[in-house]
Amino acid sequence: MTARSVRSLPGVLKSVFSNRLSRVYGAAACNQRHKSTYTPPPARYGGRHTVTLIPGDGIGPELAHHVRELFRFCCVPVDFEVVNVDSSMASEDDINNAIMAIRRNGVALKGNIETNHNLPPSYKSRNSLLRTTLDLYANVMHCQSLPGVRTRHKNIDIMIIRENTEGEYSSLEHENVPGVVECLKIITKTKSLRIADYAFRAARATGRRRVTAVHKANIMKLADGLFLECCKEVASGYPEISFDSMIVDNTTMQLVSRPQQFDVMVMPNLYGNVVSNVCAGLVGGPGLVPGANYGEDYAVFETGTRNTGKSIANHNTANPTAMLLASCLLLDHVKLHAYASMIRRAILSTITETRLHTADLGGQGSTSEVVQSIMNAVQSTGCLTTERIGLN
Amino acid sequence: MAAHSAVLSMSKIINPFWGGRLGNTVKVFGTTLTSHRNKTLLTPPPAKYGGRHTVTLIPGDGIGPELLNHVREVFRFSCVPVDFEVVNVNSALETDDDMNNAITAIRRNGIALKGNIETKHTMAPSVKSRNNLLRTSLDLYANVMHCQSLPGVQTRHKNIDIMIIRENTEGEYSSLEHESVSGVVESLKIITRNNSLRIADYAFKLAREKGRRRVTAVHKANIMKLGDGLFLQCCREVASGYPDITFDSMIVDNTTMQLVSKPHQFDVMVMPNLYGNVVSNVCAGLVGGPGLVPGANYGNAYAVFETATRNTGKSIAGKNIANPTAMLLASCMMLDHLKLYDHATMIRHAVLKTMNETRLHTADIGGQGTTSEVVQTIMRIIQSGGQLTTEL
Repeated sequence: MTARSVRSLPGVLKSVFSNRLSRVYGAAACNQRHKSTYTPPPARYGGRHTVTLIPGDGIGPELAHHVRELFRFCCVPVDFEVVNVDSSMASEDDINNAIMAIRRNGVALKGNIETNHNLPPSYKSRNSLLRTTLDLYANVMHCQSLPGVRTRHKNIDIMIIRENTEGEYSSLEHENVPGVVECLKIITKTKSLRIADYAFRAARATGRRRVTAVHKANIMKLADGLFLECCKEVASGYPEISFDSMIVDNTTMQLVSRPQQFDVMVMPNLYGNVVSNVCAGLVGGPGLVPGANYGEDYAVFETGTRNTGKSIANHNTANPTAMLLASCLLLDHVKLHAYASMIRRAILSTITETRLHTADLGGQGSTSEVVQSIMNAVQSTGCLTTERIGLN
Repeated sequence: MAAHSAVLSMSKIINPFWGGRLGNTVKVFGTTLTSHRNKTLLTPPPAKYGGRHTVTLIPGDGIGPELLNHVREVFRFSCVPVDFEVVNVNSALETDDDMNNAITAIRRNGIALKGNIETKHTMAPSVKSRNNLLRTSLDLYANVMHCQSLPGVQTRHKNIDIMIIRENTEGEYSSLEHESVSGVVESLKIITRNNSLRIADYAFKLAREKGRRRVTAVHKANIMKLGDGLFLQCCREVASGYPDITFDSMIVDNTTMQLVSKPHQFDVMVMPNLYGNVVSNVCAGLVGGPGLVPGANYGNAYAVFETATRNTGKSIAGKNIANPTAMLLASCMMLDHLKLYDHATMIRHAVLKTMNETRLHTADIGGQGTTSEVVQTIMRIIQSGGQLTTEL
């Protein structure tokens, strides 16, 4: 690693130059923004990866179970380390165990953990805690119109990159005067530069032409103004990608009338939440879009819109597509591309069959039917499955 | 106010007898009399001299001046007894003098019709948004937007009828930002009990008046527990006083997703400032765009009418292609507020007839008509209605 060699230099040069130079080198060496590629976690023993699995609440456990079923069926070399997080407990032990497990394995697949409104405000959102502790700064959601799903808008292909750790989700609130609550929205230069950098790199890597920053800088001049400035700075380093900005209210209005104009969008936390939900609604609902949270060292995959789905838990009517596509993103991340494409192809072929659509897409299929159909599709491609081996 | 001065004069007589105790009562009386929340009806401004009302007109920037010219044209043509006092606000200036003149004029007349005043991002952050300044100085706490599908406009969703009530003075629009540490900006979102109770009260009163069945509060209390938690609590408190109206709440991300898939489930929605901005733009997009929906800002003593989505429309200014519908419908709302119901109905009927029957649409809704053609058609319809008009 270059960092190590650079660090040894100061030892020699220190006697020649002043202390300042070594510190500058030190700072540059540890500067994470200069790390070029992310290497998958080395949790690969005997050729099998270990991935942390957090079932969560609501439909999380049943969907996680289906993922495991499917992975086992397709002989995917991934083992799941299950960590349960109890959302009703006041202590943070559960979530700390989960975070430890993710640090150990480097990758995780999770369901949404419920945040009970009735608990005291000191109880932070577990999902938020996980994201900030692991510094999963980029939430990436790729909204694509799927063939076979009827929607009002066609041919949508939008990539939403949302800052995941600061902004309105800082959980910093106080009540200095009774009846007056102040919530702090934090925007920092480093994080804004980081997310803008991520967005442009991702756009370049996927061959996208245009990045749009979404903001409200006419009202929040300092905060969103800083975000916009950082985006412009980063944009100047990517001349082949065109950059523009749009105010969030106009963005949402354009999204419901002409969503095809958008390509890649980058924005702070709250606008990201709203815009990603609007886009998810445009392509067919929360059951179809997977989401990924990336940090420098860790990656956590989940459904794009982070719903617990309490009202449909255990009814066998939840749409497994989002969670299964998220698991494909996970497989791509640990570089098991062949398995990822195989499962993805099977999912897309199932989605085109309207009689298998679950309730959220207007059909009457059940979750287990959909998963069974996916498994059949995988088997028909001739790949190695547990049935072939005779394990079923 | 007569009652107030009577009590005060009484106190001066009775005080010597009762000493300090009654003094406290007078103070209590004093507070009760000035408590805004106990005022039942908003009385129209007494600026009615010779049977004619005077209304402040702020042209603003972009398409504002041309649209307001059309409004005056239509008013003059229909012999509406309203005189406009025009106050220009120059958005390029850094001083607040222009704005203060406008505010004084509105205080004088009690009512205004305005176009949007541009907020340049390039100016210093100390230059506050002029529109925001107007709303907070006049305490126009409720922004009401009624989104209805118009039969003559082709949209992807049909039969939408949503009333959005948005808190207009606090929340994320407090313009309180600071950079304590360089590169870290803190933006304050203020939620107060008084303002939340006030807006919730307004929402329920309006719902009852219009015979609406359901009020939905939109929030993000799972993340902003104190801030939006307080807002939600205030809404619930007020809801308990209106047992005939059902109250429920929804998180803003889920709300926007539901709006793009199933908007018919919503009836009346009440929410803090930023969510109101986003949700109202989504709804405006759903019913056909920014050119169709009028908006109103109500306070206890003043009312200002404008287009709902507050666009300056710089790119289409002066081209005669802007849609005058929103501004004309806003002027009808103003006439309703002034209790000139006949004129309001007449103009509204003409505008809707032009929209729905003659199908003379401007570019934003997919047609090729010009603004002046639309306005001419409206005036022709008014004339054919047999009302008193000046000649075309």
